[in-house]
Amino acid sequence: MRFLLVEDNRELAASVAARLALDGHGVDQAHSLAQAADCLAAAEYDLILLDITLPDGDGRDFLARHRRAEHQTPVIVMTARSAVSDRVDVLDTGADDYLTKPFDFAELQARCRAVLRRRGGAAQTLRPFADVVFDPLAATLSVNGQPRELRSREMRLFELFVSAPGRILSKEHLCDRLFSFSEPVSDNAIEVYVGRLRKKLAGSHARIETVRGLGYRLTDT
Amino acid sequence: MTARRPASLRRRLVVQLLALAAVLAVLLFAAVRFSAERASEATLDAILGAAAIAMAEEIRSAEGGAVMDLSPGTFSMLAAMGDERIFYRVNLGTATLTGYDDLPLPDVVPAALAPHFYSTRYRDTELRIAAVSRSLRLDTRPTALLVLLGQTRAGQSTIAAALANRAAAVGLVVFLLAVPLSLLAADNLLRPIARLAEAVGRRGARDLRPVRAATPTELVPLVSALNSFIARLRGTLAQTETFIAEAAHHIRTPLAVMRAEAELALHQSGDEANRARLRRLIRAVDDSARSAGQLLDHATVLFRADQQALADIDLGVLAAALVERFRPTAEMKDIHLALVAGPGIKVRGDAVLIEAALRNLLDNAIKYSPGETEVALALKREDGRAVMRCRDHGRGLGGAALAQLSSRFQRGPNVGDVAGSGLGLTIVTEAMAAMGGRFTLEPAEDGEGTCATLSLPLPAA
Repeated sequence: MRFLLVEDNRELAASVAARLALDGHGVDQAHSLAQAADCLAAAEYDLILLDITLPDGDGRDFLARHRRAEHQTPVIVMTARSAVSDRVDVLDTGADDYLTKPFDFAELQARCRAVLRRRGGAAQTLRPFADVVFDPLAATLSVNGQPRELRSREMRLFELFVSAPGRILSKEHLCDRLFSFSEPVSDNAIEVYVGRLRKKLAGSHARIETVRGLGYRLTDT
Repeated sequence: MTARRPASLRRRLVVQLLALAAVLAVLLFAAVRFSAERASEATLDAILGAAAIAMAEEIRSAEGGAVMDLSPGTFSMLAAMGDERIFYRVNLGTATLTGYDDLPLPDVVPAALAPHFYSTRYRDTELRIAAVSRSLRLDTRPTALLVLLGQTRAGQSTIAAALANRAAAVGLVVFLLAVPLSLLAADNLLRPIARLAEAVGRRGARDLRPVRAATPTELVPLVSALNSFIARLRGTLAQTETFIAEAAHHIRTPLAVMRAEAELALHQSGDEANRARLRRLIRAVDDSARSAGQLLDHATVLFRADQQALADIDLGVLAAALVERFRPTAEMKDIHLALVAGPGIKVRGDAVLIEAALRNLLDNAIKYSPGETEVALALKREDGRAVMRCRDHGRGLGGAALAQLSSRFQRGPNVGDVAGSGLGLTIVTEAMAAMGGRFTLEPAEDGEGTCATLSLPLPAA
């Protein structure tokens, strides 16, 4: 997906961009509302991540203008204030959702998916692998044209595999991406989810292999 | 050291009004008595004077002296004055012609035939004397004739005493009537003060709206002083809120950098020991961020509770939006978030407060539930109240009571590794208290989990 990140704190913008790139997203950074307007004029984005306090204005005004101009690009506001009333305010102005800083990137992903799903989805999010078509938005795996539903964690696990086909992913790595850091996770949790995915992939050429002592990898057989 | 009794305006007012009434009553008594006495004395004096003049005129000169023919008319005039004793003395020149020669003489010589009255003590009684003089030609020489006619005034004293008693009675009645009237007047006058005190006293601990009760002009300075004090207090609170918001902003942005960088490092690091450290770092960041957020929310809730900005709120709409907001979070744990709402449940309250309370309940329910369970929010009417019930299948309360869990910075014994600030239930409790709501938390009756219930009064139909 292609993000426009509007954030005046350059350190934070760089970190967020790097972290999103890690998940395979393209990110353009804008450090002011003027830059954001330039970016929007030049390119199409799947989603805008918008800070509220910017050097040349209030993000909420930008949001209002954006909506008045009937731009369809969904907007997720990142707020550092988190005042209860601030949140209500932001949604009233036409944001699709909001996040409070600092945010969990898994939650950002989840919110992006929810927003895109509400907006009717984007065809380019379909990700084919071998004879399987993976739709992260609808959380389905289609094998031979037959869609199979995935639960959220199964979907996210498969997304990790699809993003790095053929690469060995360690259990710890998968665990870090799949579970929140303050959540108790049992030792065999990953095995359980891998087991479920294997069932959903049954009958296709896509296979999740166990690499003893190292982890798992997705292969096309 | 003895504490001085605080001065009572009412007592002062009543005492002053009564003192005024007493003075008026005494004055009334004195005036009635004085004028009654004067009136009766003037009447008696007129008769006495006429009798004295008659006597003086009945004296005529005769050979070698003077002759007095007292006509019966003169005495009958005196007799009409009641049961009084009469003394007289007639002086011709310097010699006493007839009567009591020790009857006291007037200080001044009265003008011809114009009676001069004076009171004196004579033979142990009060005597009123009319003195009349005229000139009598005696042996062709004018000689001064002085007639003194004295009369006791026992009857008049009796009448005066009776009049005085009546006047005293009138004074007393006036005074007695003044007692309830002044009490009434004092109450009436002080009622606005009492009303003002009641209006201020009835307020909740966090009600900092300006006083708007209608007050008489004299109380306006007091009320405006009170309002300016309240405004200053509000200003201080608002400043604190702004400060917390700014502080949260300044804390959260670097925390966000820290978290993103730590996640990147975690992703790129191959060393399991380092990775464990980074996980702990991320958890610490989450903890501080959550605490900063909850502190801010707590301050906001307290601030909103002060404002009492009530509006009609459709709970179903509010809850649906909130549940939609939480769906991605729940989905990350494959928790099914269900909302069962009865139609059109409306309450009067502050949407921000209700949302803050519900948000904390949902957040807790999702946070403390294992994956692939259900969290259900139900809205219904129960016993004349709007009830919001949040039911999870989580780890429960670990035997802790609500009072314990809703104290600031207190967390349950079974929170384990789950990040939390210990402010969530405090916020719920305070938000509910601000709107006359109730909050209960109990283990679910059927099976595992917790049942958290908020209830708000339904507006009168």
